[in-house]
Order: sequence, then structure tokens, then C-alpha cells
Amino acid sequence: MPFDPRLAEIRFGCGLSPRLAPPGSAAEMLARLTGPDDAAAAYPIARFSTIQPQLHALQRARRARRKAKTDAARRAAEDHYKDLRRTLRTDAARWTGHTFLRRALTRDALRERLTAFWADHFTARGVGQIWSFAHLPYIEEAIRPHVAGRFADMLRAAVAQPLMLSYLDQYRSFGPNSPAARGKRGLNENLAREMLELHTLGANGPYTQADVRQMAELLTGLTFDMKSGFAFRPDMAEPGAETVLGIHYGGADARLADIHAALDDLAAHPATAAHVARKLAVHFVSDNPPPSLIRALTLRYTETAGDLAAVTDALLTHPDAWSTELRNVKQPVDFVGSALRALDLVPRHLPLSNLRRMQNLLLTPMALMGQPMGAPPGPDGWPEDDPDWITPQRLAARLQWVMSAPFQLRRALPRPEAFLIAALGDSAPEPVKFAARAAESRAEGIGIILASPAFQRF
Amino acid sequence: MTLTRRQMLRRSAALGCCLAANPLVTPVTLASAPSDNRLVVIILRGGLDGLDLVQPRGDAGFAALRPDSGAALDLDGFFALHDGLASLHPLWQAGQLGFVHAVSTPYRDRRSHFDGQDMLEAGTGMDALGRNRSGWLNRALAHLPGAASRTAYAIGRADMLLTRGAAPVANWAPDAALTLSSQAELLLERVMHDDPLFRDATLEAIALSATDLGGAMTATDTTTSGDMMNAMSESVRAARTGTQPETIARFAATQLRAETRIAAFSLGGFDTHSRQERNLPRALGPLSTAILTLQAELGPLWARTTIVAVTEFGRTARLNGSGGTDHGTAGAMLLAGGAVRGGRVVADWPGLAEADLYQRRDLRPTRDLRAHLAWLLAGLYGLDRTTLEAEVFPGLDMGTDPRLIL
Repeated sequence: MPFDPRLAEIRFGCGLSPRLAPPGSAAEMLARLTGPDDAAAAYPIARFSTIQPQLHALQRARRARRKAKTDAARRAAEDHYKDLRRTLRTDAARWTGHTFLRRALTRDALRERLTAFWADHFTARGVGQIWSFAHLPYIEEAIRPHVAGRFADMLRAAVAQPLMLSYLDQYRSFGPNSPAARGKRGLNENLAREMLELHTLGANGPYTQADVRQMAELLTGLTFDMKSGFAFRPDMAEPGAETVLGIHYGGADARLADIHAALDDLAAHPATAAHVARKLAVHFVSDNPPPSLIRALTLRYTETAGDLAAVTDALLTHPDAWSTELRNVKQPVDFVGSALRALDLVPRHLPLSNLRRMQNLLLTPMALMGQPMGAPPGPDGWPEDDPDWITPQRLAARLQWVMSAPFQLRRALPRPEAFLIAALGDSAPEPVKFAARAAESRAEGIGIILASPAFQRF
Repeated sequence: MTLTRRQMLRRSAALGCCLAANPLVTPVTLASAPSDNRLVVIILRGGLDGLDLVQPRGDAGFAALRPDSGAALDLDGFFALHDGLASLHPLWQAGQLGFVHAVSTPYRDRRSHFDGQDMLEAGTGMDALGRNRSGWLNRALAHLPGAASRTAYAIGRADMLLTRGAAPVANWAPDAALTLSSQAELLLERVMHDDPLFRDATLEAIALSATDLGGAMTATDTTTSGDMMNAMSESVRAARTGTQPETIARFAATQLRAETRIAAFSLGGFDTHSRQERNLPRALGPLSTAILTLQAELGPLWARTTIVAVTEFGRTARLNGSGGTDHGTAGAMLLAGGAVRGGRVVADWPGLAEADLYQRRDLRPTRDLRAHLAWLLAGLYGLDRTTLEAEVFPGLDMGTDPRLIL
């Protein structure tokens, strides 16, 4: 197998680091991936269930503010609400910083890339003043623990998350004939449709509108409340059995186990295997991946019943994954993350507790690059097509950022010739080597190295 | 808006042949422009509920499907306009606002936003689903006599399939900016040179940012690294308003007052699966703001302007279980501008009785919305029917002219 440590770190990791040696083999990458999650331990991000009491308190404080009868009570409620919000905003800024520190300093960079990939596959966006804090905690709880586990487990975990149930309206979906609907409320198809189209079978998958409808009926009962979290409420569930893709689920009594059975069947479906295989190949290798690679990943998925460590192994050991030509463009999160890694960022360089500076240095530039963190355009997540990312306006934001952010973050910048090796290894293209020597300042030299297609592609 | 001679010389010196060959920096005079007519295409993302936007209150079935539809302004005795567009009602009265109802793209049955938007922007039939690499607006541009690099302008942070393709389209956002020293430009050109995707986008970014329209700061001969540092703070400041509808529309109007004839941008928030009475007005607000800003900023050019707003599909005829609507089929399109033959709702109304609904669920499409777009392009820019039916909208039968413009 043509394993190349440098390429491994660039294409399947978070880029080269002047401090950390690249992995020596695919087996070593897999061993780290299936071993302890050191990066999460070093740079923690709270899980959703950990912050749920805070979100609940925030929700209650907002209600108290609305219901306050006197000015004094309103002021007190307002102060309390603001205190709670400030705490969460500070926490959320730190979590964001930690996602970048993980990328900059991990020895297990594949885990960061897979976490981002699967979080995108199961996109759940936090909309509004309360849910906007939940995005990273959702990923930490439902996605990250399963990136080397079973796809079926990740699917179950994502569907049991309050953020997902809220984002795709599932908690508002009532079986039309359920007691809780009281003849007034009814189905909402949103989660059922996106689950079939995006999470499992794919847009060209073998399902019909009738399957969407039946799936929506089957999913009724999945809900949550802010106090106790996820719940299955049989009184919301549509009575009777449902038929999805020709298989009957459930009976007289509504049971969570019937939903889980359907999720497991969807996870095991050949269309899901092919859909997931194609997405992985597109994300990690090329917008037009070789069919042989997709076939190999599909086969491994099917053989192992959706064991994602095995599927990842198939990706890392397939010859088509190791083309020396860099065919994909880094998304902004990969681009910024790998730039920080090449710049040898350490925690003291990031203004973790200064929300304004975090916004100016990282968050707003990423929005201008087209990828506002935690706010993808829709449930299908971020685009994969390279031309989507390299438009004049989005590229301009990347160029602006590389020319100024490294200095603002690091202050003491390395010599461009040394940085060239740190960022690109010993095989930088000639024009980039020339630019590193010819730049008028260190900041400009580093900016041009980071701007080069050799760095922006992987 | 063209580059000054000084900028041109400096850039040519820095970038050599590449920039000189870039169509974006080829000066354009108004005389060579294809037409004085202005077209603004707004993509409404998420699936706008046409039945709520333009409510068929004269249809006996409507009250049964939408028992609690809120306030609406009567349009023609049969249709009424959603209160969220009340600020546009004066345009209706002036004959400068109209609608087309019960139309859809050829997309059927899967009801996916993503495929639906692809088909809307690609302008193709179901047979091309998943294989669309260019947009109908781009393909139309290729047949516009005298079309040049900034005849069409795609605006906003996101890329749009609508304008993607072989014909050059300017692509920029109101909050985009790029400030580079001459040396940085020179070196960037060298490192980008062998990668067409990066090279073309870099050259266009440099060219567009050099105009006063581009960004907050403009590079000069004496731009230093320090200026490049400050430039990021400037664009971070500009980013605070960069996605607001006023900002986008004002930017579009600025372009349309100059060389640009066709501008395109998108607005989101129309995927109203729940509490539509609250969520739809939140999405309609930016649409009316964008239209009124264009009217105010275009001044006398408003008389030559056609705005068309289209969406990937309509929504279910009935409300769902949470006061919203799910993905449907036919919907409505909006037309506004001084060039529009407004004050009408153009529709071959299918009816709302259970048996009239598409799959007993959605408003039934009675015409391909591409036919209306094609007739607009024919009327505004003289594109011929063969081109429109074969290349711009492959497989379309345009049918009779709905006479949407004056």
C-alpha cells in the first residue's frame, strides 16, 4: 500500500505540524482513532446533556422576564437571564477555540476530520438564543464517540438528540390519531424525509413519498423536554403499525424499540452503504472519486454491518485514496485549522475568553469564507463542490485572513523559508519556494505560502 | 465601473499577461451593452408556500385547507396578498407587482430541497437531475448580444448554480474586500498560476476589489503589509451588515446602474415546517425590503427593471400537525418592477378540492415555471425560441406568451 506519512497528515489529518511527527502507517492512524480520545481530554467541550440544565435555566429565565409583573421584577429577571447567557457565551467561545486547538495539537488528526465529516452528515443547526449554544455539545455527545463505532449507533444517537429533534421539527410531530394530538395536532414530515434522503438512503434512494409519510408516523413519539432531555412519549405516537420500504414496524402499543428496529434496518440498507461510501470518498479524496474506491467502501460497510472503523480502514488502505495529485479544496474549517497547526499554535495564542477577539480573528473571517461555524445553509450541510468554496468573494476572505491573522495570533512569526517546510514539507512547488524568499515581510511570505493552492488543497 | 488607467497599468505590470487576458478587466462601454433592460433574479430558498403568499380566497376549498389564514390584502377579488408583503401593495396598485400561480419546475415527487434547488437553478428537466453543472442564467448570457464580463452579477457570500457556467459572470459580495501590496499580488499570481480554479478566482477578486464597489478599502501603489492587516478588520466590520437584504439590494442596484444588466442573489428562510403564521412573515420581510431598496436605489432605471423571485417548490395544501406546511409541488412566483405588466395574478387555476390536488396533497402545477422565465428572457433580451427551448431550458415547450412585461 502506497502509504505516505506527509500525504496522510494532509489528506486525512489536519495538516503538517512543526511540532508533531506525521503518522507512520494506516495501522497507527487506526490505532489512535480507536484508542483514547486525548484531544478531547486536553481541550474539553461540554456534552449536550451536561449543558442541558443551563439551557433549561436560560429558558426559564426568559419566561420569567416575559411574565414579570413589576419593573423591579423585570429588571431582576433580565439581569439573571443576561448572567446565564454571558456564562454560556464565554463557554461557547472557549469550545470553539478548543475545536481549533484540537486540530492544531492532536496526534490523532483523523478523528477531528471524521468528527467534522459525520457532524456534517448529521447536520443539526442551533437556531435562536438558546439553541445556538448547543451545536458543539451536540457533536461532542452524539457524533464524536461513534466515529470509529457503528453507523447504526450514531444514527440512533443523533436522532435522540434534542437539537436534532428541534432542528427538524420532530418534537412537534404528533400521530394524528394519538391521544396527545387531541384531534388538533398532527404529523410533521421534516425529520422523516431528511433521514431517508440525507442520513441514510440518499436522494436517489429506493423510497417514495408513501415511505416518507409512514416513516413520519413511525417516528412520532420522539421528543424531549429541556428539563429531562430526550423522551419517547407513547401518547404522541400514531397507533398501529407502519410500513417503511416494505417492512412492517410496531403494533398496537407504540414502542421506542420499533423505531430503533427501523433505524437499524435503514443503517443496514445497501443504499445507505453506497450513499455513505460515496460521501466519504468525495469528502476525503475527490469531488469525482474513482468508482473502484466507492465500491470498496460500500463493500466494507456491508461486510461489517456499518462498522465505521473498518470503513475508515478501507479508505486509508485503498490505492485510489493516495493519488499524489491534490484533488480537493479544503473547506474553511480545514483551511484555518491546518494553518493554525502549521503556525504551531498553542493555547496561549488564542483569546479563548475574549469573545470579540475570537469573532474578529476566526469566526467572522470564516463566515466571509462561506462557512459560519455551526450555521450550515440547510440540513444537507456544507457543499462539497470545490467551485462553491473558491469564488472570488470567498477566496478574497481567505487571502485577507492569511495576510493578517497569523501575525495577530502569533506576533512572533517564523521565517517564511522555515514556515514553508512546516506547512508543506519538503515538496513545495517551485513558485511557492520563490515566493517564500521574495516576500517583502514575514507576514506576507507566510500569507502567500498559506494562500498557495499547494496548501489550500488536500 | 472600470479600472482607472493607473490601476490598469499597475496591475498589468504586476500580473503580466494573465490579468490583461482576464475578461473582467476588459473595459466595457455602455454602447456595447446588450440592452438597457434590467433583470433581477431572486432565488427564494426553502420552498415558499405559494398558497399562503397569494391566497386563493375565492376558492371554496381554501378556507377548509387553511382555516386560520391571517390578514391579507385583496388583490383581484379572488386572490389576496399575504400581510407580510403589505408594504408592496402600492406597487400592485401601480401595476408594478404581479404573480404567477400554480407553477413549478419539472421536479416531481421526491420533494428534496437540494435537488429541487438544483433543478430550479439549472433550468433542466428531471432527466438531468444530479448532472447539472451550469445554470440557466449563465446559458442565457451566452446568447446575449454584446454580453461582457459584468453584464451579469452574482451577489452574496454563497455560490449559485444559477449563474455557474462557461459565460463570465461577476461574483462578489458587499462585504468582500481584498487589499494587497503590489509585491503580494505579483507573488500570488505566481503561486496560483498553474491552478485554474484558484488563478481565475484570484484575478477576479483582485479586479473586483479594485473598483470602488468592491470593498471598504482599495489597494494603492503604496499598500503595505500594515494596510493588509487593517483590511481584515475593515471587512470584519463590513461583515456585520453584509448579509442584510438592504445591503445586498443596494449593492445590486449600484451594479445595475453601471454596466450590469442582470443581477442574481438568494434569500432564505422559507422552509416553514412549523408555526408558519410566525415564520413566514420573518422570511417575507427581507424580500419586500430587497424589492423596495432596489426600487429606491434604481431611480429612473426602475422603469426598465424586472424582478423575478422563484422558489424550488410550493408546500402542502393542508397545514401539517404543527401549524406549518411540508414540502409540496406547485407554488407562486413574484414579479416586480417598472417594466412588469403587473396588477395581475397569472394562473390557470387548478382548484383546491381534494381531487384537484396533486397526489391529493399539493397544489397542482398547471404550467412549467420555466416557460415564464423563458418568455421574460425573450421579451427583455430578444433570445429566440429555439435557443430558449433547446439550450437555456432544455426540453421546455414555451407555449403561449403570458405577456409578463410591458
